[in-house]
Amino acid sequence: MSNNNIIMGFTRADLTNFLIVMILSFVAIPLVVQTDYWYSSILIPWLCLALAAIGQQIVMGYAGQLALGAAGFMAAGAFACFNLILRVPDIPFFVALGLSGLVAAAFGILFGLPSLRVRGIYLMVATLASQFFIVWMIDKFGWFKNYDTSGIITAQDIVILGKPFTSPLEMYFVILVVVTVLTVLAVNMARGSTGRNWMAVRDMDIAAESMGISLLKTKLQAFAISAFYCGVAGALFAFTYLKSLEPVAFDIKLSFKILFMVILGGLGTISGAFIGAAFILLFPVLLNSIGNNVFHGAIDATIISSIEQVVFGVLIIVFMIYEPLGMAKLWGNIKQRFLRKS
Amino acid sequence: MTIERNFPIGEPVLEVKNISLRFGGVKAITDSSFSVLKHEIKAIIGPNGAGKSSLLNCINGIYQPQEGSIAFKGEVLGKITPNLIAQKGISRTFQNLALFKRMSVLDNILVGRRLHMNSNFLQVAFQLPKARSEEKVNHGLQKKVELGRALATEADFLMLDEPMAGMNVEEKREMCRFILKVNDEIGTTMVLIEHDMGVVMDISDNVVVLDYGKIIADGPPDEVRANQEVIDAYLGVSHD
Repeated sequence: MSNNNIIMGFTRADLTNFLIVMILSFVAIPLVVQTDYWYSSILIPWLCLALAAIGQQIVMGYAGQLALGAAGFMAAGAFACFNLILRVPDIPFFVALGLSGLVAAAFGILFGLPSLRVRGIYLMVATLASQFFIVWMIDKFGWFKNYDTSGIITAQDIVILGKPFTSPLEMYFVILVVVTVLTVLAVNMARGSTGRNWMAVRDMDIAAESMGISLLKTKLQAFAISAFYCGVAGALFAFTYLKSLEPVAFDIKLSFKILFMVILGGLGTISGAFIGAAFILLFPVLLNSIGNNVFHGAIDATIISSIEQVVFGVLIIVFMIYEPLGMAKLWGNIKQRFLRKS
Repeated sequence: MTIERNFPIGEPVLEVKNISLRFGGVKAITDSSFSVLKHEIKAIIGPNGAGKSSLLNCINGIYQPQEGSIAFKGEVLGKITPNLIAQKGISRTFQNLALFKRMSVLDNILVGRRLHMNSNFLQVAFQLPKARSEEKVNHGLQKKVELGRALATEADFLMLDEPMAGMNVEEKREMCRFILKVNDEIGTTMVLIEHDMGVVMDISDNVVVLDYGKIIADGPPDEVRANQEVIDAYLGVSHD
């Protein structure tokens, strides 16, 4: 086997896939999709939530720590970004974004500490603290909201190198750049020694420790990196999708949504985060359009949203039992069936 | 018929002194002392529940004995975590398979290696299957992978907890050959727990016998085999 099939640790197939995705997302989509609706209601929230789902994937799918508080870290990231842009004059947007990720990471380490003592469902309860504490803290201390009393603060415009990025298409590009960089990083971490250590801790922690892996370091590192991803995702979510900052937006429902994305998408795969986020986001849209176009509004909107909950619940149970590796694995199976050389 | 070894048996490398381990009221190990010499293969035998695995877990840092001390290469280990002990050059396998089940065989071994390398690279380079270690890998091979993972750490002190459990005669023979080969070519000091007396007598330089948490014999296989206390522990004392 010659070396020209591997470039910097990536296989040729990886690079082809990467190129296809890049051309699709940077060239094809902007050329084909012209309506703002698709950007501001589908693509932008999808990429933001997929980024948060990668964060959840790292801590849960890779490191095996059941954590439920992604929205808390998103809130930390969003408000950190708001305050950084507000209080630090001329701070470049990407710097503010990175720093808000780091702020979230610090919270991640703090709320990851219980993982050293408890595990499983108990850890999940312990990590709920991040969800409630961070949102409470932002609500309680006016400084974080710049003493705004209305409850909803408008997010500042994204300005990069003096140019404001305000239209949905421009914002889409900003997010795409961030998501691309962070996804490539995540894939690299997951495949390298960092990811191996996470998975070793997930699969058999005593054996991992006996192989010289520090549980303390590995678990806290997973929590920190996970919170970093959630923090950046939260900042992007607030600045490009919500265009406002309110602690209520980052409630426990959002945490659960991100958790479901990871479970449905497939635990332990980066692509699962994207697939899961797309499904959770698009399924209600699909149901709504079926309700409007097939039944012409004969079905009440509240019933449709109930159906949505029921379907999500059933799907999660089905996936947990029959395919714990989620939709990413299903997709892999389908691909394998068609690509298999006969 | 002594064959000259590449790594002749040397000074004691691990010294266990008077350790006692209790779980509540249950005494797993009572006041036990033994030492392991450099480059030797030492077997620990004893009936079920005698405290063999607990002894390894104490050396490994998973359990902390209430009394006594364990010294490795002249340094008392004290209260340190298993990962620090691993970094001092002690590695091990487990009685019940402890592979990282959802990772590929290669990834399992690379965890031991602590390499900063993308496993994808090796997988492609050597055209290795990407199967998870739990799938399509039989029990005997899983045991070997676990041993490979332990060896990959480049530990000079290896503890094998029933490395041949559940293997057939053929696999056992191969495993024995492999253990001897590792000992001969790399000079790894080994401590192994094994129930197959034939294997123990064949490959070990010294044998420690545990019964009810106490060491009742320690010496070369032939000597241990002739020891009346050992015979009693294994066969039971006759009551007629």
